[in-house]
Amino acid sequence: MPEKAELARFEQVVLPHLGAAYNLARWITGNDHDAEDVVQESYLRALKFFGGFRGENSRPWLLTIVRNTCFTWLRQNRFSELSTELDEQIHGREREPGNPESMLLAAAQSEMVRKAIEELPPEFREVIILREMEDLSYKEISAIASIPVGTVMSRLARARSKLQELLSRLRTSGVGA
Amino acid sequence: MNCREAQELIHGFVDGELGLVWNLEMERHIHECPGCSGTHERLRAMHTVVSDNSLYFQPPAGLEDRLRARLRKGSSVENRAWTSLASWRGIGIAAALVLCIAGTWQVAMMRPRSSTTETIGQEVVASHVRSLMAAHLIDVPSSDRHTVKPWFNGKLDFSPVVADFADRGFVLDGGRLEYLDNRAVAALVYRRRQHVINLFTWPTSEPDWAIRTFDRQGYHVFNWTKYHVTYWAVSDLNSEELRQFAEMLRNMD
Repeated sequence: MPEKAELARFEQVVLPHLGAAYNLARWITGNDHDAEDVVQESYLRALKFFGGFRGENSRPWLLTIVRNTCFTWLRQNRFSELSTELDEQIHGREREPGNPESMLLAAAQSEMVRKAIEELPPEFREVIILREMEDLSYKEISAIASIPVGTVMSRLARARSKLQELLSRLRTSGVGA
Repeated sequence: MNCREAQELIHGFVDGELGLVWNLEMERHIHECPGCSGTHERLRAMHTVVSDNSLYFQPPAGLEDRLRARLRKGSSVENRAWTSLASWRGIGIAAALVLCIAGTWQVAMMRPRSSTTETIGQEVVASHVRSLMAAHLIDVPSSDRHTVKPWFNGKLDFSPVVADFADRGFVLDGGRLEYLDNRAVAALVYRRRQHVINLFTWPTSEPDWAIRTFDRQGYHVFNWTKYHVTYWAVSDLNSEELRQFAEMLRNMD
């Protein structure tokens, strides 16, 4: 049972990041119900470890726990998604997917973008969420996902190129248009 | 800066992760090169689209209240299979375990594909270039091999050989983690005058082989394997001195 003062401090420092925690869990698990379970479990773990938290920045700290809880959940429930082999290399210039303006204008419909992000392998989806939505630095992402900083950059490069590819495919097949 | 380098760095550039000097180089290149300028535009447009609020999932109504209630009770849902890890004592242990599991996981999932020497050579040079440009050369800055070597404990599934040749003009600067050939590897950083040498090393099942050399993008690459450990030394240092460095390492016992 946590002490009152510590719980109050925890609620003050960590609860404000509920939005970020839920967003990440929802994107990785892919549905509301499991996202809520993962978030609740993550907060309970975070409270346990809170005594050892000395850092300034509680959002990446919480997201590390959410991320690990998510991947534990994936391993037990979506094993097949994780077995995709990641190609981490940057392959020079990426293929040009047609006229960039028109493509992105068309892709601006958020339903199409949502579908494209959902189709990314979880390891790619994760870096896209942490970088593009949470605006975290490579260093923070490297700590959260337990990968070297150089890999953060190359994985983002691969993730973005894959996302580009998915967007142009969805656009051609007319989904969400 | 050429296009190849620019494409390597453009993500660091849009993400604001390059230092001042490389930012200026990139800006100049993008200004002059329509191809890279197009890539830059696309990446910025993608950021605008993906960071749109409509894609950010809001927590369901009532979740915060439910959470507060759970936290007050302070109980975990221990009966669920996937929460069996919840009994960890501290974040330190937790983080170490996760790292361990993630490490084993990656090794298990990714080992089957063994990259060719050619691919690894490219990866090694790209990694060398990135380390110089993205201002991420060193995780553990130290010229003391007794500091650098233990730093890798728990971060790698092997213990790299860390040698010190300061008396012969190759000064150990530190080390960092890298990800090459689908695994975490050790990168040791040495300096010879103003030249940086990256030495990448990891265990391999392949047989020992003598020193081979390549030249790529103006860098010299020396590769050899000894006692089932493979070594890749990369630098813009002249080929003669880099060979001297490689031979010193290889002749160590």
